[in-house]
Order: sequence, then structure tokens, then C-alpha cells
Amino acid sequence: MRAALKRILALTHARNTEFVRDRSALGWNILLPLLLVAGLGFIFSGEGRPMFKIAVFPASAAEITDGHPVLGLRYSELVGVDDRAAAIAKVERHQFDLLLDVEAGAYWVNDSAPKGYVLDNIAAGQGLTRNQVSGAQTRYVDWLVPGILGMNMMFSCLFGVGYVIVRYRKSGYLKRLQATPTTAFEFLCAQIASRMVVIMLVTVFVYIGTDWFLNFRMVGSYLNLLLVAVLGASSMVAMGLAVAARVQSEELAGGLLNLVTWPMMVISGVWFSIEGSPAAIQWLAQSLPLTHVLTAARAVMLDGASLATITPELTVLAVMTTSFLLLGAALFRWGSD
Amino acid sequence: MSVILAIDNLQRSFGHVHAVRGVSFAVQSGECYGLLGPNGAGKTTTIELMEGILKPDAGQVRYRGQPQGAQFRAEAGIQFQNTALQDYLTVREQLKLFRNMYADGRDIEELLDVCALKPLAGRDARKLSGGQRQRMLLAIALVNRPRIVFMDEPTTGLDPQARRNFWALVRTIKAEGTTVLLTTHYMDEAYQLCDRIGIMDHGKIIAEGTPAKLLDSHFGDRVVLLPKRALEAADATIEWQALDDGEQGEILTNNLEATLNALRAANVPLGELQVRERTLEDLFLHLTGSELRA
Repeated sequence: MRAALKRILALTHARNTEFVRDRSALGWNILLPLLLVAGLGFIFSGEGRPMFKIAVFPASAAEITDGHPVLGLRYSELVGVDDRAAAIAKVERHQFDLLLDVEAGAYWVNDSAPKGYVLDNIAAGQGLTRNQVSGAQTRYVDWLVPGILGMNMMFSCLFGVGYVIVRYRKSGYLKRLQATPTTAFEFLCAQIASRMVVIMLVTVFVYIGTDWFLNFRMVGSYLNLLLVAVLGASSMVAMGLAVAARVQSEELAGGLLNLVTWPMMVISGVWFSIEGSPAAIQWLAQSLPLTHVLTAARAVMLDGASLATITPELTVLAVMTTSFLLLGAALFRWGSD
Repeated sequence: MSVILAIDNLQRSFGHVHAVRGVSFAVQSGECYGLLGPNGAGKTTTIELMEGILKPDAGQVRYRGQPQGAQFRAEAGIQFQNTALQDYLTVREQLKLFRNMYADGRDIEELLDVCALKPLAGRDARKLSGGQRQRMLLAIALVNRPRIVFMDEPTTGLDPQARRNFWALVRTIKAEGTTVLLTTHYMDEAYQLCDRIGIMDHGKIIAEGTPAKLLDSHFGDRVVLLPKRALEAADATIEWQALDDGEQGEILTNNLEATLNALRAANVPLGELQVRERTLEDLFLHLTGSELRA
């Protein structure tokens, strides 16, 4: 056991040294998240954005603003809508600051939102019927940040491990390790440990950087979030190991890794919620680790979910980690034999 | 001496290619055993079967009387023909990495000394010359103080000086009591280093023994070399054959005195005459009836 641990640590250290000294890889791993952060900062934190976002029903009424006590407000963005119910739902989630039904002479406001409160005071006394709605605010960026962090983690886990193992196999390095007492399981554990160090450091870096730019919502426990990140990264690293277990060519590895990363990009909920999508898609999404990572991370960050609440997702991730690791160890080939 | 490695009827195919077709031999503890043969003879497949890297289709390898297992992996040192290592590590870090794979082994500094790597210890291993790299790979093969070291064509591609330096290193290892098993297609290398050799061709061992005994058992003659033009001027009583270089001819003789007298009698000028002993290369050509396919 002690000898095995010594081998795992030696391999982990060697891989980390290789990664740190490979300046192009290291640079890219730092640069890509920075670009993401900068991009998000530009998109969501730009100066000169309108102060208020007002929905106008019907949409055609949004063009007649002159002299209207609400629609004529400066620094407002008017958005014409034709679905009043959907617009009311958006007011509830603070995505609109106010909805004005011009024909009915009524408005809907969520006065728990600061901008809603201000607009409520402006609209009151203008002869409009007041309707109050309630609901917690969720900015898209707050919802998106876990997706971006998870996606970055996913690419780093799968390509950073899967591709490297195929390269090692192709170059003959794995064959050299095979000639030592190192077992496949020890080697795979070392790869997971090494990659986990890199991924966790990069993710923490991106998290802090993104928060600095966007000041996103995080109401839950950091410990719970860390647990989600660790188990999530473990499951995806193990998935990368299973994919690369016996692949001989980098081209095939690239294809297979794309085959598993793209569905996660699209249906695991990185960019948009898959609620309401066909049952088959939702079922497929549940078989992907990133889906569970994002569900748990959003629950912690946006709703302050407790450990008990995210236990189902953590359990699935732990089972996936173990399954992929065992599958990888069973399928693993050092060389071409 | 006791048998450290016993190979019994090894067979291995890759698709329709029968790379190894029933190879059997035994390696004695402390000896240097050489597997000779041209490229494609089955040497590398045989040595990788012995190392446990490949699984045989049939036959078995026994290390100290037991099938290859954890003890074999702990006590064997292996130098592959082509080995890639972890990138961006220095020579010392490479040795340290592999040293940590084993419970027991040599001190890294001692190993750097033995393999003349001290001045290169801090250098990125990717920036070594061919000879330096082979010395480092041998050092890696020695980190666990192995009882047996496998070397697959360790000097292929090296310049003559680097080859001789490497040979000196192998002699040092052997002097420490380590069993050495090497493959080569350099006959001079086998002659210099090996106590016993097995000549392989087409997946089989076609001759085995000490170099001297093999030469004695197959040849009792010597080779007399003369310019072709000189032999062409002689009468038909002298049997000779032209060599491939087109410049020289050779006479094979069991009685050098009588051959020289016959040449004098035929008025063949002897100013450029050379006499040489039979070599392993001659033996190989004799046994296979083909040229080296190196």
C-alpha cells in the first residue's frame, strides 16, 4: 500500500511538473478562462446600459412614448411584448423591472427589486391599476456563471486527461511504465490526482476572477460548492480516462472526446435550461455528469441549497466517478497488445 | 550458474504474421546473452514476451522458476528500443521518477556516476544526444538494482565512439553480477559483449552457443582476400569467389600454407593479400543463406 502510494505520488508530481513547465499548455489553461471572464465582463458589465427595462404590452405600443409618464422616462429600455403572461413571469424574476399594459391601463411590478420599487413610485398616481407580483431575482449571468465554470472544467478534465493518455500510449511512455511495478489502477489514480490539482486551482482562479468582474450570486456554502466541484471534476476526469482507456490514435481520441463533450455543452444546461425540452433529451442529459454538476452548483449558488438537498447529485457523481474509473482500469491497455 | 530465465516454446503472431515460432532457450544467472538477427527476425517480439510486455499465444517464460509476476517486475530492468519519457523533466528527475516506482534500488547520485551522467543531471532529457540518451535509459533500467537487464538494440544509431562507451558500461554492469540479455543486429557488438548468443531468423533460433564455439563448429577455415584483378589472372586451379564490393575476391581455406603456395605458383601478386578469421557475420550468412537485413 505504501509502495503504491509512493508510485502514485511520484507519477502525480511528474505530471504536474510536466504541465507547469509546458508553458504553452499552462498559458492556454490560464488564458482561456481569462478570455471567458473578460468576455463575460464585457457582455454583462458594460457601462451605458439603460437603467430600467420596461416591458410594454402590446408590442406596438412601445413605439409611442412621447409624453407618457412611464414610457417617456429617460434611461429606460422599452421592450415590446405580445405575451403578457410570459412578461409577468419575467417581472417576477426581475428580468423586467415593470410591465405596462397600455390598453388596460395597468402595470405589474415586483417591488422587492430596487428598480421595481423606483418605477412603482413613478407609476403610482398616474391613473394606472397597480398589480404586484413577487419572486426572487435571478440574473442570467448568475445562472450562466456555474455553466461557464462547469464547461471549462469539463474541457480541462476530458481533453487534459484523455488526450494526454493517448499521447503517452502512442509515444511508448506507457509501455515503459508497464515494465515497472506500477499497476494500471495506480497510474489512473495518479492521472486523476494530478489533473484534479490543476483543475481545482484553475477553477478557483476563474471563480474569483469572474466574481470580481460580475459580482455574481453565491448564497450557499463554499464547502458544498467545493464538494460539487471536486466530485464533478473527478467524474469527468474518470470519464476521460475511460474514453482513452485503449485508444491508439490522437485523431480518434479527439473525435471520441468531442462526442462526449458536445452533448454536455448543448443539453447539460450550460447556456440555457433544458426544462421543457423533450423527455428523451432530459433523460439523456441525466446520464451526463455535467448536468448533475450544474444542477448542484446552481442549487448551492443561487438557492443556498444544503448538503442534504444536493446529496442526490453528489451521489450520482460519486457513482459515475467509481464506474468510469473501474471501467477505465478494466479496459486500460498500456500499449497496442 | 543457475538458470535465471527459462523460455519454453514461445509463440506469438500478429494477424497472419508469425513473429515468433516456438523459441526455447535458457539464460544463466550472471551471463550476457545476445539475441542476434536481422530486422524482422523476431528479436524484439521475443524480448518483449520475455519482459512480460507482450502475452504469448503459446509457451511460457519462467523467471527464477516462477511465471513472470510482481517479483519479476521488481527485479528486472528494461531498456526498450524506442522509449518515450515524460516531457520537461531533467535527467535527475527522470531517474527519481522511476526510482520511486520501486521499493528498493540504487542511489540516484551513484547511478548518475556509474552511467557518466553527472554533468548532464540537470539537463532537460529531451536535449540529450543519442549516446547520452541511451546511457540515461540504461540508468533508468538500473534504478531498481535489477538482477536481470533487458536491452533491445541499445546501440542502434549511435556513432562508433558512443557504442564503445556503451559497451564499457554494459561490461561494468555485468561485472557487478547482473544478468544481461540484449538484442542486436551488430555482430561485433555481440562478439564483444555476449557470453552466449542465439541467432534468430524468421521467428526461430537457428543456432545457439558461445561465439567461439559456434564459429568453431561451423567453420574450420579462414578467409584469404585478394584484389579481384589479381585472382582473375590466376589459372583455374584456384577456387575463389567475387565479393559484392566488386573489387575483391575471397578464397576459403583450411590450409593457409598450401593456399599461399598455390597462389605463388600461379604467379598471383600477394602484395595486397589479407587473411581474416571467420566472424559472426559469416556465420549468420552461412546459416541463413541471406544477407543481413539490418
